[in-house]
Amino acid sequence: MRQIIKYSLLILGAVVFAYPFLWMFAASLKPEIEIGGFSLWSSNLSFKNYEQVFARIPIARAFFNSIIVSCSTTLSVIVFGSMIGYALARLNFRGRNALYYLILFTMMIPFQITLIPQYVLMVKLGITDTYLALIAPTMISTLGIVMFRQFFMSIPQALIDAARIDGCSDFRIIFAVIWPLSRPVVITVAILSFMASWNEVLWPIIVVRERTLMTLPQIVTLFTIGGQSEALLGLQLAAATLLALPIIIAYSFFQRYFIDSMVSSGVKG
Amino acid sequence: MKKYKTKYDWSAYLLVLPYIIFFLMFAAYPLVFSLVLVFHRWDIVTPMQWVGLKNFMRLINDPLFFKSIVNTLTFLFIHIPLQIVVALGFAMILNSKLKYRSVFRTIYFLPVVVSGVVVTILWQQLYSFDSGLLNRLLTVIGIPRIPWIVSPEMAMPSVAIMATWKNVGIYIIMFLVGLQNISAELYESSNIDGASRFQQFFSITLPLLNPTIVVVLVLSTIGGFSLFIEPYVLTGGGPMQSTLSAVLYIYNQAFYFSHMGYAATLGLVFAVVIFAVIMIQKKTVEMDSTV
Repeated sequence: MRQIIKYSLLILGAVVFAYPFLWMFAASLKPEIEIGGFSLWSSNLSFKNYEQVFARIPIARAFFNSIIVSCSTTLSVIVFGSMIGYALARLNFRGRNALYYLILFTMMIPFQITLIPQYVLMVKLGITDTYLALIAPTMISTLGIVMFRQFFMSIPQALIDAARIDGCSDFRIIFAVIWPLSRPVVITVAILSFMASWNEVLWPIIVVRERTLMTLPQIVTLFTIGGQSEALLGLQLAAATLLALPIIIAYSFFQRYFIDSMVSSGVKG
Repeated sequence: MKKYKTKYDWSAYLLVLPYIIFFLMFAAYPLVFSLVLVFHRWDIVTPMQWVGLKNFMRLINDPLFFKSIVNTLTFLFIHIPLQIVVALGFAMILNSKLKYRSVFRTIYFLPVVVSGVVVTILWQQLYSFDSGLLNRLLTVIGIPRIPWIVSPEMAMPSVAIMATWKNVGIYIIMFLVGLQNISAELYESSNIDGASRFQQFFSITLPLLNPTIVVVLVLSTIGGFSLFIEPYVLTGGGPMQSTLSAVLYIYNQAFYFSHMGYAATLGLVFAVVIFAVIMIQKKTVEMDSTV
């Protein structure tokens, strides 16, 4: 009996969390007048809403922009993060502790303070409406540094010493010796920064006004609240589905990594 | 014994150089420049104008500033308890010997990974007064329709419910980890002492989950003061400014009215408020745990 109640509650929860997404996907394939029912099926399913979305906004271009921005950000975060994390964890230099405290301090600065001045900086540098403006402020993640540092501290010193004796530079030690041993932390940081970058809306809205440079979530947002979707639900839901699909596909392959990353970042962040 | 001279790795400076540049550009400069901006009036096009403390004077007389604080606190008052109850509830069910546990876990976590824009577009339809799924469901059960996002009283609670639906997956897992760390012996020995399940929950489970609850409080508070896309897409801050959030207000001042100085002042003051709220929460909750 107890088991039955537990399972019913769990299934109810699953419906509450999953059904809206299934419904969104189904509705995006339905003609406008049929949207609103609970049913996931209709005899008139078609890709017409998607055709309309592609016709009204440069969404393919936005997809490409988002891929460029999210991949460059992620690459930069893991490369620089590993370099700095390695220096903090394994090298001896004057000011190391001070630097670590500085990083912890930077983590605590609320973005509400830095948002406007960062935008001003972009204007002064004359790089608004460029990929650089979208990428630059997230090229280094302090949380990433802290996670790399912590993981790198557990790597045996003997390995690093052996690599040194073989004449390896710091860069080779980091990327050829330590990285292969640090897959969990590299994947965790990569997932976190890719997700944050892929889903970010506020910063793109601030620094990019040029339609051909907009990111996917940005263009979907402006499409929804602006006049272009003419308040047609089918189109909005189709655009939303296009934005959700890549992350949902990635999530279905790497569920465990996604869950572990998000939870560990929550605990540390 | 002679002490060896510590060996310094000079190459370290090369490795940390990118951070130094990054820090100067995206942390130090913005912090300093924010302190400059708060004393100026500036529309970003014409030269800055020194106005002394006028931005702060304006802030304490600005009903919308207080409105956005009240809105955020409203959000937190609903979001935090809801999140703790729902997350703890599911975590406790999942913490027993059941099949398909990981399948349920995966499903509950789905909204966490999806963009807030997607979630908001979806919920805009769920919340629609005339044709939304939630009101249809209520009509079927025989309950009158609720003006989810069209009434000023309900709009912010609706945002809080939506945000809970989106984020609760993280906290289910966090509570689950917390529950699994509680030793079974504690429950066994309290069973022998004749404690009821109710007593066990309040004297073992809850106190030992205190660290997780503190994390929920802090992250939710930061999240509440960072709300932007939800009100921006769902309600545009309305109706009657009832969902105007801190960040949405900064955004409006900076990019609709070009009041860079005032927007920076708002940002600075909101940051102070965030720290204050977190301090108060930590004090209260940590006192509770020592009782």
